[in-house]
Amino acid sequence: MIDIQNLNVVYGMGRLRVDAVKNVSFTVKQGEAYGLVGESGSGKSTVLRAICGLAPVSGGRVIVDGNQVTTPRSKEFYRTAQMVFQDPYASLHPRHTVDRTLAEPLAIHSVKDAETRILQALKEVGLGPSFRFRYPHQLSGGQRQRIAIARALILRPKVLLLDEPTSALDASVQAEILNLLDDLRRQMGLTYILVSHDLAVVAHLCERLLVMRHGEAVEETSSGALRTGKASNEYTQSLIQASQGFTRNSSPAAA
Amino acid sequence: MMKPLLEVEDLRVRFHLRTGTVEAVRGVSFQLGRERLGIVGESGSGKSQTGRAILGLTPPPGEVTAKHLAFDGIDLQTASKRTLRQLRGGRISMVMQDPKYSLNPVMTIGEQIIEAYQAHAKASKAEARDKALAMLEAVKMRDPGRVFSLYPHEVSGGMGQRAMIAMMLVTDPDMLIADEPTSALDVTVSMEVLRILDELVSERGMSLIFISHDLKLVSSFCDRVLVMYAGRVVEELEAKNLREAKHPYTQGLMRCLPTLANDVRPLPTLNRDPSWAL
Repeated sequence: MIDIQNLNVVYGMGRLRVDAVKNVSFTVKQGEAYGLVGESGSGKSTVLRAICGLAPVSGGRVIVDGNQVTTPRSKEFYRTAQMVFQDPYASLHPRHTVDRTLAEPLAIHSVKDAETRILQALKEVGLGPSFRFRYPHQLSGGQRQRIAIARALILRPKVLLLDEPTSALDASVQAEILNLLDDLRRQMGLTYILVSHDLAVVAHLCERLLVMRHGEAVEETSSGALRTGKASNEYTQSLIQASQGFTRNSSPAAA
Repeated sequence: MMKPLLEVEDLRVRFHLRTGTVEAVRGVSFQLGRERLGIVGESGSGKSQTGRAILGLTPPPGEVTAKHLAFDGIDLQTASKRTLRQLRGGRISMVMQDPKYSLNPVMTIGEQIIEAYQAHAKASKAEARDKALAMLEAVKMRDPGRVFSLYPHEVSGGMGQRAMIAMMLVTDPDMLIADEPTSALDVTVSMEVLRILDELVSERGMSLIFISHDLKLVSSFCDRVLVMYAGRVVEELEAKNLREAKHPYTQGLMRCLPTLANDVRPLPTLNRDPSWAL
C-alpha cells in the first residue's frame, strides 16, 4: 500500500542545511497499522508530512497505492490518504461549524450527496446528528478529535496518517479514541501510519513499528517484540524503560 | 510525628464569571510533611488551581477561601503581601509546565537565577553568581559556565526545565510545587529531569507537591497520591498501594491506559458516574 524507499527530507541549504530525515525506508501492507516512534526531533512527524506533501521529498521515492506521488499532490492522492493532526484544538477552524468543516472536503472533491455523507461520517465516529451544527468550542477535546477523524474519513480514503492523535487528550479520552481507531480500521480495512512518542499506544494500535532517532531509522520491530521486551537495540530498550514510569536508583550511568 | 509543614483545610477556588460561578476547587483538605505528595487528575479536575491557590497565584477574578491554610504556622490567608512575597520563591517555589513560557526570554539564564537569588538573600553579585553556577552544576548541566550566558531560546526543552529547577531551588526552599514539570518534555528527557528533581528533593529534605495528569508517573515518583475529580479529592492513598485503589474513578484511570505488558482490546473506557462529582 505504502512503499517508502530511501526517503530524505532536507530543509535549508549551505550552513543552515538540516537533514530532518535520512534514508528512511519502510513498506506498509494494505490493512496494516504501522508505527513511527522516537523522541522529538527524530523526524517521525516529518516522514508523515513528507508523505502527504507538507514537507519536501528531497530524495528517494514515496509510493502510495501503487502510484509514485507527484508534487504538488494530486486530488486523487488526497482521496487515498488523509491526515489527522495532534491537537484538535488547533486543527479545526474555530469559526466553522462541524457541518461546514465536514462539507469542505466534499466540496473540493465535488462529491454529491453531502448531506447523507456528513450524517454517515458523524455516525461512524460515534457522534449523533445533534453535533452537526456545533462550533468547536462547544465540543470537548475528545469530541473534537472525533470530528477531525470524521473529516479525514469522509472522502473514504484507504490510508490514514495519524500524527500523535491522542497526546493532547486525557487518559480516559485517549482510550476512547484508540478504541474508535481500532474499530474503524477493522470495519473499513484502513491502512494506518501512526506517529507517537508513547510506546504503549503504538504497541496497542500497530503490528509493526519503526524506531527513529536523529532522522535515521534505528530499528524496525514488531509490537509483539516490544511486549516481550525483545527489542535488540539499546535505544529502543531505553524507550521501553522510560515508558514504564520513573524508577529510583536505576541506571546510575545516565546520571 | 512532626508538625505538618503545610496545612490545607476546605480549600475552595471560585471564579465568578458572567455566565455564573464556577467552583474549580471544592473543599480540598490535606496536610504535607517532609514527603512527596502527588496530585493527579484529568484536565479540569482543579489540580493546578489547588497548587496555585496555595501560592496565592490564583488569577483574577478567582476567589480563594479556606477554613485553614497555613505554611509552617504562618496563616497564608491573613499574611501581608510582604510576607507572602518573602515566602514565594524563598521558602515555597513552583516549577511550571513549559520552560518556553516560564523563563524570561530577554534575560540570560544566569541573570535570571541571580535575580531569583538576590530577591531573597542578601548577597553580592559575585556570591550570587557563584551560587547560580553551583546550582546549574547541581542540575547536571554539562557546561554551567556556557549555559549561564545563554538565552532561553538557545537551550533545549530539557535544559530549560533544568534551568528552571535551578532557579527555583537556588533559594533553598522548604517546599516545592511542581506543576506538570515534565509534560512538555520527551519521555527519555523527562526521566532525566525527574531523576535530578528527585535527588535534589531528597538531598535537601524538601517537601514536594507534584501535580500531574499521569497516574503511572506520579505513583512511581511520590510517596502519597491525592486523586482529584471535578474539584474534589476522591481518593487518597499510598503510592505503592495504587493497585488497591478503591474509588471507581481511580480504578478506571488505571485500566484505560494501554500497557506494554498486556494487550487488552478494546481498552476499557471510563464511565463517569455523576455521583462522583457530588
